Amino acid sequence: MGTTVINIEDAVVSYREDIALRGVSLKVGSGEFVGIIGPNGAGKTTLLTVINGLGKLLSGRVRVLGNSLSRSNGHSLRKKVGYVAQVENIDPRMPMNVREVAMIGRYGVLGLFRRPGKHDWEIVDEMLELVSMTHLARRPIGHLSGGELQRVAIARCLAQEPRLFLLDEPTASLDWKAQAEILELVKKIHDTRQLTTLFVTHDLDALPHTCDRVVLMKDGLIVGDGTPDQLISTDSLSRLYDMPAPVVEERRPHMHIKES
Amino acid sequence: MQNAIMSAFLGGIACSTIGVFVVLMHMPFIGVAMSHAAFAGALLGLWLGINPLIGAFGLCLVVAAIIGPLADRGELSPETSLGVIFSLMLGVAFLFMGLMPGTKSGALELLWGSILTNTRSDIILLAVVAAVVVGLVFIFFKEIQATIFNRGIALSVGLPATLILYGVLFLTGATVTASLRSIGGLLIFSLILNPAAAAYQLTYSMKRMFLLAAGFGVLSGWIGLLFSYLFNIPSGATIVITSSIIFMICAIFSPKRKVKRWEEKSLAKE
Repeated sequence: MGTTVINIEDAVVSYREDIALRGVSLKVGSGEFVGIIGPNGAGKTTLLTVINGLGKLLSGRVRVLGNSLSRSNGHSLRKKVGYVAQVENIDPRMPMNVREVAMIGRYGVLGLFRRPGKHDWEIVDEMLELVSMTHLARRPIGHLSGGELQRVAIARCLAQEPRLFLLDEPTASLDWKAQAEILELVKKIHDTRQLTTLFVTHDLDALPHTCDRVVLMKDGLIVGDGTPDQLISTDSLSRLYDMPAPVVEERRPHMHIKES
Repeated sequence: MQNAIMSAFLGGIACSTIGVFVVLMHMPFIGVAMSHAAFAGALLGLWLGINPLIGAFGLCLVVAAIIGPLADRGELSPETSLGVIFSLMLGVAFLFMGLMPGTKSGALELLWGSILTNTRSDIILLAVVAAVVVGLVFIFFKEIQATIFNRGIALSVGLPATLILYGVLFLTGATVTASLRSIGGLLIFSLILNPAAAAYQLTYSMKRMFLLAAGFGVLSGWIGLLFSYLFNIPSGATIVITSSIIFMICAIFSPKRKVKRWEEKSLAKE
């Protein structure tokens, strides 16, 4: 593990009476590719929002890229943290094209009162090329498929030139082919751009099999943290998803895991 | 008449620019709630014997302060919270109308609007609000564009999207207040929504949508005034009916209805 870029200590987050994180601690080193898995409601998305400063801590401490997260520095910190969420429905008549949506990634970096210049458009075009969306650059954003929308979201995130790359269920509701392509793309980007990547999913099929490290979450707690070989076993998955071991065994051929 | 033409021009620009937010953020009830809050506040002002526009703006700000956090936290669906506020404001408006002693002509004027009797100070107020609205859209276009597209994404890239949302609510209140005397509390919502909704039918560019909406807003005002003058009918009504007709024409001939054909054309250009 390189320099620690994310250091969460005993983080507690609650949404009214529901406690989403119950004292979670996690350290992530520079350049790591961490897969965070767990059932729905485990607190995975909340963990990402704590890292990008959108989640509000009840207690605990979070240091991201060497800065303690507070109300005052959330905006500036988010500029260095790229965030790709699940595919969302977009109004098919939304008056923005693919290139303009990807440019949103530059807006935070540019700051108030500055408009995107030639350099910013060059970065956006480069990112669209990286995600193979150049041919659709002028298409209205609402006319894209789910897989294409995720590619644009990744291009938008990379246009931000982030140091951290957070992906929250980026393959949810995508078909098998689009899922495979997005996973491949994420891994390629992580390797070539030397990012620190956190990839959240509830679906083991969607977990990139090249993760360096896997974090298991359940009921707002981290219940496992180690290499995929150590953690993704029938026993641990059975406990994580509250499924009988034979059912997990039956599903194992569909999962990107090695036999224990 | 000169004052009326100028008021229609300025009111058309301010209202329809605000309308672009209302249409693209899918919160049409914002306009309804704000216009009724302005109307109720103006009646409160009349009842208290102060300038009705002060009452209108004050109550608009109160409503904005209620709508903002509700929409922000997602505690209620925006439609539900705005619907409740809208009905409350309507109730409050009629309460003050009932409490007002003597003739109700002042109140009715605020309800239906009277662009033909606008004074120089009304125009100055409209000009200031229109300039502020257009100026802020111009200066903060990229932040506004990102917030309209997706507030969560805007926040995640480090933009002050919540501030933009509150700014939009504040500007809506100011625009509705400034246009209240010209268009009237009941009709102003149409001038906010219709030109922007018409522009929305025609373009896939947000910049062009702002320009088209402003153009349709001014056109609605001027054509409405012309009909009001020719047939001696209430100007607020003719302005709103004109804006509705413009919307219907744009909806019928919208290129967005033929998405596939548009896509083929667009791709061929690349």
